Amino acid sequence: MGYCVSIKRMNEILKELQKEYKIYAPVRFEKRGRYSDTDLIRYAEINSIEDVVYDEKSDFSPKEVIYPITQALFYFTEYEYMESKIDDKKILIFARPCDINGFRRLDTIFLKNGGTEDIYYKRLREKVKFILMECKEGGWDSCFCVSMGSNKTDDYSLAVRFEDDNILVEIKDDEFTNLFGDEREVEFTPEFVTSNPTKVNIPEIDSYELLKKIYDLDMWKSYNSRCISCGACTAVCITCSCFTTLDVTYTENGKVGERRRVHASCMHEDFTIMAGGLSFRKTAGERMRFRTLHKIYDYKLRFKDEHMCVGCGRCDERCPELISFAATINRLYDEVKKLKKAETTKDIK
Amino acid sequence: MSVNIMLPTPHKIIDIIRETGNEYTFRIETNAKVKHGQFFQVSLPKVGEAPISVSAMGDGWVELTIRKVGKVTNEIFNLKPGDKIFMRGPYGNSFPVDDFKGKDLVVIAGGTGVSPVRSLLKYFYEHPAEIHSLHLIAGFKDEKSILFKEDLSNFRKRFNTIYTLDKDKIEGFEVGFVTEHIKKIPFDSFENYNVVIVGPPVMMHFAALECLKNGVPEGKIWLSFERKMSCGVGKCGHCKINETYVCLEGPVFNYTKAKNLLD
Repeated sequence: MGYCVSIKRMNEILKELQKEYKIYAPVRFEKRGRYSDTDLIRYAEINSIEDVVYDEKSDFSPKEVIYPITQALFYFTEYEYMESKIDDKKILIFARPCDINGFRRLDTIFLKNGGTEDIYYKRLREKVKFILMECKEGGWDSCFCVSMGSNKTDDYSLAVRFEDDNILVEIKDDEFTNLFGDEREVEFTPEFVTSNPTKVNIPEIDSYELLKKIYDLDMWKSYNSRCISCGACTAVCITCSCFTTLDVTYTENGKVGERRRVHASCMHEDFTIMAGGLSFRKTAGERMRFRTLHKIYDYKLRFKDEHMCVGCGRCDERCPELISFAATINRLYDEVKKLKKAETTKDIK
Repeated sequence: MSVNIMLPTPHKIIDIIRETGNEYTFRIETNAKVKHGQFFQVSLPKVGEAPISVSAMGDGWVELTIRKVGKVTNEIFNLKPGDKIFMRGPYGNSFPVDDFKGKDLVVIAGGTGVSPVRSLLKYFYEHPAEIHSLHLIAGFKDEKSILFKEDLSNFRKRFNTIYTLDKDKIEGFEVGFVTEHIKKIPFDSFENYNVVIVGPPVMMHFAALECLKNGVPEGKIWLSFERKMSCGVGKCGHCKINETYVCLEGPVFNYTKAKNLLD
């Protein structure tokens, strides 16, 4: 069922929804962008439908709504400790198909891996309903969702298309039907991107022998000088889920503090360092290899259904050294093809 | 609400045994059922959390041998018997002890690597009938780094032991790395055996190669890995190698698997 809703009416509906929901969408932060006079677009609570930036790609992903950059796990007082709490309100997120598919990857890590559930993730995740936002035709320059098979989804409660004066809404979740009952009915179902300007080929890595050769590829070394290990790529990634726990005490009272978790990045030098100084993957190239293989090889090897990368392309956009992840994947594909060819030639000889 | 896997509980420290200048063994009250080779996430509120392997266990207690080496462990060294330490676990898999029973066992351990195999060694020391023979090679950097002196002295009575220091010559100890003594193990005389290697990554790498050189099949070698971990339950990502989470599928790995875990 679809409806055509005016901007004014949509804002009334949002007001109604806000009694029960916190509503998040990509929002423009003026002049807060990476370069002077550019804006930053990231997820935040909205006050009106005009706040939603629907015609640009957000710099950061919606994962922060339910998996914040820093999150208190426990509060410590002198002799007690208590679990952190959250707001009662439910959560609505305006999200693109790639991001909705990305949340499924986060679910796999936080709710399935190891057979245990992370309650800090779960307690927010189970509150979430999605409002699917259509993408512009073909997506944006760096998108490669079609190659990753994450350009479509049916996991949403509402879908919206922004038109000049109206918003077209599809309702899939009966909970919201009443709110739109008086609106003009129209035929509307969201359209998905079916082809991106950027395409990637995923190499097929079918043996540990091949994997070992991939480890030794010279291509990784080229990132030693290029990549500055800043972790911007993992910060914006919808599927990057790694964290470090960190205990802090409050400046005003050193006897009181908290255990929090903060996003961690496998691209940072200290990601594997243990007390005593021993660490692994010491070069930027090795870390780039680790991230690449996680996103397009070993996550799928472990969990079977899909690759971790959803092709949102934010890492490409965000890298201060202009390293393209799509180009990295394609470069690896070419290198693997060469390795396989060399192997076949050797067999013939 | 489901169980909070990140929630530690306070446990009383029963005793603190000074092993070396910067390695103490903490005996901690707990009824947790622990298997040989497992670890706990040990923490002090407002300081931090770290994975520590169990070095011994008994009725109502576990022992953790801790090196004073970082923020958390430095603070743990200020604790006294009767104080509380926070723990969650035990986590990880364990040595396949049932597979070891009735066969010959070779244990090669270096430095703090003796800790994760100590409970296993103590078990077979207390149950000598359950093992056909046990050969132990334990190596330390120097005299002041020797851990578990009393245990080592006991083990001499029931196991075939080679203790070695990297350079120093003292009574009862050979000189050289553990790898240099592997050729002394009579692998040919064993009918059915396993080899456990635990220590720093470089030591495990070369000890395993030396074993292979001496004809040990890959499938008989077991290693225990050490990695940075913030959760111990497969969420934080720090310990992942390829598709493997050391906290979940490890820390104990058969060599056939371990050889493919490349960082």
